[in-house]
Amino acid sequence: MGLSPRPERNVVTYDPQTQEGWVTTRLDFLVNWARANSLWPMPFGTACCAIEMMATAASRFDLARFGMERMSFSPRQADMLICAGRVPFKLAPVLRQIWQQMPQPKWAIAMGACASSGNMFDNYAVVQGIDTIIPVDIYVPGCPPRPEGLMYGIMMLQEKVRNETMRNRSSRFEMTPDPASKLYIPPSKIDELSEPFGNSVQQTRSGL
Amino acid sequence: MSKGFDTVQAGRLARGGAPASPRNVQHRGGEPNPTAAALQSRFSGAVKRVDVIWGETTVYVDTARVLEIVQWLHDDQSQLYDYLSDVTAVEYRDTEQPLEVVWHLRSLPYRRFLRLKTQLQKGKPLAVPSVWSVYRGADWLERECFDMFGIRFEGHPDLRRILMWEQYKEGYPLRKDFPLRGRFSRAEQLRQALAAHPEARYSMEELSIAQAFEDLPPDMRQRLGAGEKTGE
Amino acid sequence: MATQKRTVEVALSTTGLDSQGRPQRVPLVTDESGAAVALEAPPSIEPELEGEHMLINIGPQHPATHGVLRLVLELDGETVVRCIPHIGYLHCGFEKTGEYRTYNQIIPWTDREDYLNSPGNNVAFALGAERLFGIEVTERCKVLRVIACELSRIISHLVWLGTTCIDIGAFTPFLWIFQERENVYNLLEGWVGARLTTSLTRVGGMAADIPNGWMDGLRNYIRTFPKTIDEVDKMLTRNGIWVGRTVGLGVMTPEEAVNYGLSGPMLRASGVAYDVRKDFPYLDYETYDFDVPVGTAGDVYDRFLVRMEELRQSVRILQQAADRLPDGPINIDDPRVILPPKSKATSEMESMIHHFKLVMEGPRPPVGESYVAVESPKGEKGYYMVSDGTSKPVRWRIRPPSYVNLSAIAKMVEGHLLSDVIAINASIDIVMGEIDR
Repeated sequence: MGLSPRPERNVVTYDPQTQEGWVTTRLDFLVNWARANSLWPMPFGTACCAIEMMATAASRFDLARFGMERMSFSPRQADMLICAGRVPFKLAPVLRQIWQQMPQPKWAIAMGACASSGNMFDNYAVVQGIDTIIPVDIYVPGCPPRPEGLMYGIMMLQEKVRNETMRNRSSRFEMTPDPASKLYIPPSKIDELSEPFGNSVQQTRSGL
Repeated sequence: MSKGFDTVQAGRLARGGAPASPRNVQHRGGEPNPTAAALQSRFSGAVKRVDVIWGETTVYVDTARVLEIVQWLHDDQSQLYDYLSDVTAVEYRDTEQPLEVVWHLRSLPYRRFLRLKTQLQKGKPLAVPSVWSVYRGADWLERECFDMFGIRFEGHPDLRRILMWEQYKEGYPLRKDFPLRGRFSRAEQLRQALAAHPEARYSMEELSIAQAFEDLPPDMRQRLGAGEKTGE
Repeated sequence: MATQKRTVEVALSTTGLDSQGRPQRVPLVTDESGAAVALEAPPSIEPELEGEHMLINIGPQHPATHGVLRLVLELDGETVVRCIPHIGYLHCGFEKTGEYRTYNQIIPWTDREDYLNSPGNNVAFALGAERLFGIEVTERCKVLRVIACELSRIISHLVWLGTTCIDIGAFTPFLWIFQERENVYNLLEGWVGARLTTSLTRVGGMAADIPNGWMDGLRNYIRTFPKTIDEVDKMLTRNGIWVGRTVGLGVMTPEEAVNYGLSGPMLRASGVAYDVRKDFPYLDYETYDFDVPVGTAGDVYDRFLVRMEELRQSVRILQQAADRLPDGPINIDDPRVILPPKSKATSEMESMIHHFKLVMEGPRPPVGESYVAVESPKGEKGYYMVSDGTSKPVRWRIRPPSYVNLSAIAKMVEGHLLSDVIAINASIDIVMGEIDR
């Protein structure tokens, strides 16, 4: 769990199983290194997490160290969507459209508990986790997560990016929502993901 | 640059010394706002009840005469309630109790605060007069009250949903019969949210701008022309 | 008609500083009575170029809308003819959920609605709940709450300043300001453990007392913070670009401002001296010595000046509060409202029962209702609570100042250019969390 130790860089490998050669692994390394160290985030900031995201980009915590000071507000020029804040149902089609406008390769970070699971907003208005709308790569818990937490999540994403290969492009396939319902995962799965858990289960009685 | 405005001091007509933080506020039976007596003498039929709870005066009035009373409170020189703080509604858990619509008014010159309430019986259609003609600030406040409770404000120029999208089908969220998590399953709520028509992003009023209506494909124009509700 | 409408321009010169040390603006062109005269807009060079009006959609995802606000503008060239704002993109059912939570459980919710002013919201809610319960808090608690309110006023105004600078084009103050905010975050984190969403108060007291050495940190901050205000002041207040971009925009007359229900710096910039701390005081604000800045022109520049001065006045209040902080308990002594100390709750039966009831059921106020308004950085923030005797409110209403302030935007941007729309929107100081709740 978490970040793994840096892989050996000076070792030349040939893997007889996958028949990945030296050239493809070096090319993978180069492409992934370029992608990971210049992720251009698309900040989809809605609420309190957006303020912590701004603080992360500001001078004390400084996202520019990671190559991310160029926050791209146009989805067409971004690689990474950081959904920072709660997403109500009215905003859901907007998030879906922004995600679909981003070109591949793209990754998504659900920053904060609201984007990951709906947080304390277990009511009629809020999407219970944006993974019901778009595929998410990294979840950063916290309400709001500290800037260090967001950076840890970003570093985890960088590691995920570094471990991608060109042979297996399944993570680069665009999601295909059902044209009728526009859902990209089955409704039963959405209901299961949105089930109340923990304290929320107890707190449905109004008045005592 | 516009010409400078002179400073308008709040409380310029107030008597009774400098204002102080409230201390030892009684639950009931405090000193009522002088406006309550004025209302009772002038609108004796319309004023149902006056309560003073935690130092705040609440006047219950008849629904039909709300606009007249609010207009008088705004215009009369001895009242001058020029500031509308809030318009909202309360539904009680006890189903016998009627719905209440609440107006919070402030008189800045006299430094007074008044709560005006009217009661709406639940069996009948929920409608009250709008105070938009007196206070422009009531515009969005009344729209939100309509969105959350379904109370119609008669005389409002543009009463439509503001916080939920216009075709929201689940109902009026702040009513007590509306469950906390909504009436539909999560997947269904998501499906309805994502299924908005492409032209539903813009309301009819907006599409009429810039002759954009002419550029729409004919089937969309037909649907919109037939009165299909659009907008958010 | 529409092609003629532009921002009205007035030539100004600064003759020096007035008695308060602020630049004195004097119009260059005056009429007989000495009032400033607006320059005539030059006639349109190509009056025969009458085009269609354009429909432009700004948002809801946009860097300059301060959240998920959607503005649909009808433009004639670059001039706005009509503006239709759409909100609700951050509506998260606060008021509904408040009916299913006990009063102390609602306090974390108050953090999240106006998330730039979390400590201030916590204090406002605690005041409202205590009015409903009929509780008077201790003196130490009151002074700590004043400190919390003013710190939160500072951080909220700083975010407004930073984001307005970015909107108008100046990026550097944003970085200086966020560095200053980190200092306040350190203080808040030392106090209650959280930087942004603090949950600082409880019904009847505070979540925690300040730790040892915290006051030194506060005094240090009071000493160093005015230097940053001075730096930003030096950079912006007499800056020709800043003045040119903000003077004369989005003017609201005092009568309009009162009628639209505006509050806070929006109202005071138009010349109406209404501040809830002075006119309907709470937490003994009448015993603190501070001024309330009031503008004269009702435009974006005046709102900027009002907020800058409010930052200085907040520091003044903080100094006085730091000097007068009394010793003593911070929570009231009522076991039906305040949790007993853990040592007692685990050893005495009575305390254990109180603890159990307070955690499982929550404190229960008498039947009644209360509306308490405070002066949040955005304006008059009110919490209206109705109780039916149970531990969860029947109705929890938030009177959001930004909501009412934003409703005036359609009036304010008519006739201005598109770039002015962004500046006017920034000057309202909106927080979508509070608007949409």
